[in-house]
Parts: sequence; structure tokens; C-alpha cells
Amino acid sequence: MADDIIKVEGLTKVFNRNLVAVDHVTFNVKEGEFFGFLGPNGAGKTTTIKMLTTALKPTEGRASVLGYDIIDEANMVRRVVGVVHQEYTADEDLTGYENIMLCADLYGIPRDVAKKRAIELLELVELSAFKDKRVETYSGGMRRRLELACGLINRPKVLFLDEPTLGLDVQTRTATWDYIRRLKKEYGMTIFMTTHYMEEADALCDRIAIIDHGKIVVSGSPSELKDSLGCDIITISIKENADITDLIRSVEHVKEVTNMGNSYWIKVELGEITAPLIIETLRKNGYTVTRLSLTEPTLNEVYMEYTGKSLRDTEESREAFRAYRITLMRARK
Amino acid sequence: MSSANQYKPSLFRGLWALTLRELKKWLKDPVMLTMFVLQPVIWMGLLGKSMNIIALFSPSNLGNLAIGDISISGSMLSPPVNGIIVIPGALISQQLQQMFEDIGAKVLQNAFGVTDYFSFMAIGMVSMIVVTTAVFSGMSIVWDRRLGFLDKVISTPVPRAAIIFSKVLNATLRAMFQATVILMLAYLFGLKLSPTFRPLNILGFYAAILLLGIGLSSAFLALSIRSTRIERPMQIVNLIMMPLMFASNTFFPTALMPDWLRAIARVNPLTYLTDALRQLTILSLDPSALITDLISLGLFAVVLSVIGILLSWRYLTE
Repeated sequence: MADDIIKVEGLTKVFNRNLVAVDHVTFNVKEGEFFGFLGPNGAGKTTTIKMLTTALKPTEGRASVLGYDIIDEANMVRRVVGVVHQEYTADEDLTGYENIMLCADLYGIPRDVAKKRAIELLELVELSAFKDKRVETYSGGMRRRLELACGLINRPKVLFLDEPTLGLDVQTRTATWDYIRRLKKEYGMTIFMTTHYMEEADALCDRIAIIDHGKIVVSGSPSELKDSLGCDIITISIKENADITDLIRSVEHVKEVTNMGNSYWIKVELGEITAPLIIETLRKNGYTVTRLSLTEPTLNEVYMEYTGKSLRDTEESREAFRAYRITLMRARK
Repeated sequence: MSSANQYKPSLFRGLWALTLRELKKWLKDPVMLTMFVLQPVIWMGLLGKSMNIIALFSPSNLGNLAIGDISISGSMLSPPVNGIIVIPGALISQQLQQMFEDIGAKVLQNAFGVTDYFSFMAIGMVSMIVVTTAVFSGMSIVWDRRLGFLDKVISTPVPRAAIIFSKVLNATLRAMFQATVILMLAYLFGLKLSPTFRPLNILGFYAAILLLGIGLSSAFLALSIRSTRIERPMQIVNLIMMPLMFASNTFFPTALMPDWLRAIARVNPLTYLTDALRQLTILSLDPSALITDLISLGLFAVVLSVIGILLSWRYLTE
């Protein structure tokens, strides 16, 4: 077994004495692992990253990265990790190349080594053609890639990615995932990522922890988590125009039925056995099944199971989120 | 333990990189640069040239002095003569008109140290740009913080001192550069250098600017680093700039001010900067006055920068 490269024990951050952002969080990340924190905005993901990267001091608890204590050996931690922040932190007035070299200067990497690395990294994130253009002219996806390149200039053993695709459109997001995978393959670093996109956690992470209200609710690999629900999802449509919710519910192994208008969303145990049973029951009652699909649950179902709410729903209440962010920003300053 | 450790972050490398970044940003924005220089040039041109104090003493301003004939007894003269002597008023009036310009020059010389107000004012404007530049440059940290740049810098192992000093150094270098531009423009517009001026004085000129620049920019950095929005430090600057300028010798000699104002001017670092700059350029150099100026500026720089840097430091490391 690989060693634990990040060790976190009871890590807690309280802002202004009453705003608990992170609440006694304990977890370990193994060397080479792609570990994700999945949770809604304001769950304490960024605060955790800020503590692990020594930008914030924890109120309570301990943590170490590569064996360096985040409080007592903060400077060593900073030297061996890379951080890609949620915001676009590059200087807009400088070129991509100037930005990446500035990072190198801050890490004290000798100029000749830095130049080689910068060129290599810019090549990997496909920004070589734009390296002498001001960042001002970059698109959102390009900025993200530049941030990734900057975060890797010191060849970190651990890379922290805070919401790496925040605000990007779906296409750019999936493209960014490819860049992240490519960089991980090239340098083999351990990655700690936070995200509130389930698809992202599912696509990238070896292991995830679902975090809500500052606490880890459950952790495991995406497939473990989905399996742990012990259920499958059946979606079904019928030819007739009738409400068959109760009829489906009467079938054995069916746990939950939701009428989605022209189809039914059904949560069942043992999907392979239950699907034929449902078809059989419907036929007996004179209904014709036109479509049926059997899928494994997504992380959304996992999230719902453990937190009692949909991650998509929590994303909706933007106002509440904004208010929370402002409170948090003020508290952090 | 790992190869990532082999490179040590260095204070000077980090300091230089961060300062260079600021200077690059500044030079890449020629519009802002011009505007910044334009302001004191306008002040200098308008106020310096419009308040042409020496012109007050033009003979035509005396108009037709109606001076009556003066009669004096011959015994008052030496050697005494008999009878009464009458001096025609017209003669006195003519004489006064001839002397008036000389009187004006004397008055100006005594009050301002130079005979033309423009030279006096122009050096005042050099001080002004030093102060504005020093104060405004530190404010960029508010943006650095809002845009996340500061977060990034903090997450690197660069010594925290480099972050603070880069702001101070940037402010001071900018102030020096702009002071040079203003001084050269003023010279083109007719600034008269004193006969005691030596090229080496320029070193003292920069030393004085350096001291004030370090002190003021550190203080304002500590103020700005805690502000989440740019408006707050802006307001403070707007509030203090005017009084700072007028309660000093920038526009007018403090010797002619009422006592209370002179007391304020005496603790105003701008007074010492302006005097030092004038001593080194347009006035006939008074070494003891210059030394007093530089010592005061030095004290000011030490006190403000210690306070400012400590406060900023605490913010960055808390």
C-alpha cells in the first residue's frame, strides 16, 4: 500500500467565533491518488484547501502534507505543493509566459530550469502559441490552463485544485479534464481537488469524500459509493396516457417512483431482476412499455442518500450562496 | 525527501520579481503614466506661472504716485546749509518707481529664497508627485487581493517580506522616476537652478525622495492591505492630500504662516522633503538646514515604515 501523503485529523476552522466552516474533518490521501472533495458551495471545501496550503490557520486539529506539519512547517509545505485557486489569479497585464516565470521566481527555481519547465508546461496545456499574448486576451479555458501550468512549475508532489472548472461551459470543462488527466499522467503527482460538479468528481477522482456543512458525510471511490446505495435506476415510458405510479410501486424491490411527466423514474433493488417484473406487471394491466432503461445510480443519488438533498437543488439557491460567500470573505479577511 | 525541495525561495529574487511585475504593469499603461505626470505639470504650469508674484512689483502697478513736495530745514542736512530745501515729489515718485522692481526681488528673495515663484512652485510639485505616487502605488494591493493574485503569492514559499517590500520598492522607484520627469519639465519651462547647484546634488535629491517614499508607502500599504475595496484608501487619500499640501511649504513659505499652521507644517514630512529638494536645486545650499531636513525625513521613514511593515506583516502571516 502506498503511504498517506496528506494526513488530516480533526481539522476545524471557525470564523468570527461562530461561523463553523470546517468541522472536525479527518481523512487521509494516499500517494498518487486523485482525491476529491464533493459538496455544495459553502460546504467548507475552499476553507479546507486554504488550511492545507497554509493560507489559513486552522482553529483546531492537525494536518500534514508529505510529513510536513501545516502549521509548524508551513514554509516546507508551500515549497512542495502546487495550488490552483478557484479564481483566475494570473496577472492580466502580463503575458502567459511572464506569469509562469513570475511563479518560478517566487519558488526560487533557477532561471534556466524554469525556462525549460515553462516551455514544457505551456506545450502540455497547449498555450505555446499564445505565450507572448497578454492574459487579458485569453478565454476562460485558456486562463484555467495557464493556472494549471503555473501550479505545476515547482513540480509539486501534491497539487491542490480548487474548483478547477468553475464557471466554464460544459465543453470547456470536459476539455479541461483532459488537460488535468494529461498533467497527472506526465508528472504523477497526488491531486486533491474540490468540486461541486458530480460529473467532475466522477470523471476524475479515484476516491471522493462528500462534504456538507463542514463535515465529511461519506467517503469512498465513486463506484463504491454508488454500490453502497444498493440500488439501480430504471426509467420507463408507456404508450398509454395514465398515471401508473401506484402500480409500479406495488412491484417487488421497487423503493421509490417519481412521475416525470412522460416517463417514470424508479429506484429499485436488483435492477436486472426487477426490470422484467415491472414490464410483466404493466403488461398484465394492459399497458404497453415503449422505452425502458436501466442505469446505475449517479453521484447525485449518492449525494441525496447521504445529505437528504439534491446537489443540483443546492446549486439553485444562488442568493443564499452569495450571501454566504460574502460572509465568508469578510470573515477570512 | 523530494526533488521539489532542492530550490530555495530567495528574498531578493522574489522581491525583484514582484517589483518588476508592478513596474511592467505600470509601463504597459502609458495612458495612466501620462495622466499621472500631467497632473503636477498642469499645477506647475497654471499655479506656478499664473501666480506670477514678481509681476506684482511691476512699476506700472504703482500708477501715478502723487507725492507732494517735501520741504526740510537746511540745518538737518550734513553738512548743514542755510535756508529751506525743497525736494520735488515727482522726483521721489520717479525714484520709487525705479526701485520698485528691486524691492520686489528683495521681498521674494527673503520670503521664498528665490526671485521667481515658478521655481519655488515647481519643486513643490516634485514633492507633490512623490507623495501622490507613494500613496497610490500601495493601493494596488487591494486589487491583488480582490483578484486572487495575493492568494496565489501567499501560497508560494516566497518570503512574506518580499511581498511587502516589493510594494514599497515599487512605490519609491515610481516616485523617483516621476520626480525626475517633473524636474526636467520644470527646467525646460524655466526653472532657475541656484549657483550652488552641483550635479552631485541629484544624489541627495533622490535620497530625500527615497526616505519619504519608503515611509509613506509603507504606511499606506498597511492601510490598503486591510481594505476589501479600493474606495476606502482612496477616500482617506483624498481627505489628507489637500491639508498635507497646504499645511506645508509646498505652495507658500511657512515663515509667513500663522503660528498654528506653522506648527502643523513643522511636523509635516512634506515640508522637510520640499525644503530638502529646494536646498539641493534652487536655493543657495544651507548645509545645516539640509541636514535637519534629511534627519527629519529619516526619522519619519523609520517610524512609519516600521509601523507600516509590521502591520502588513501581521496581516499576511496571521
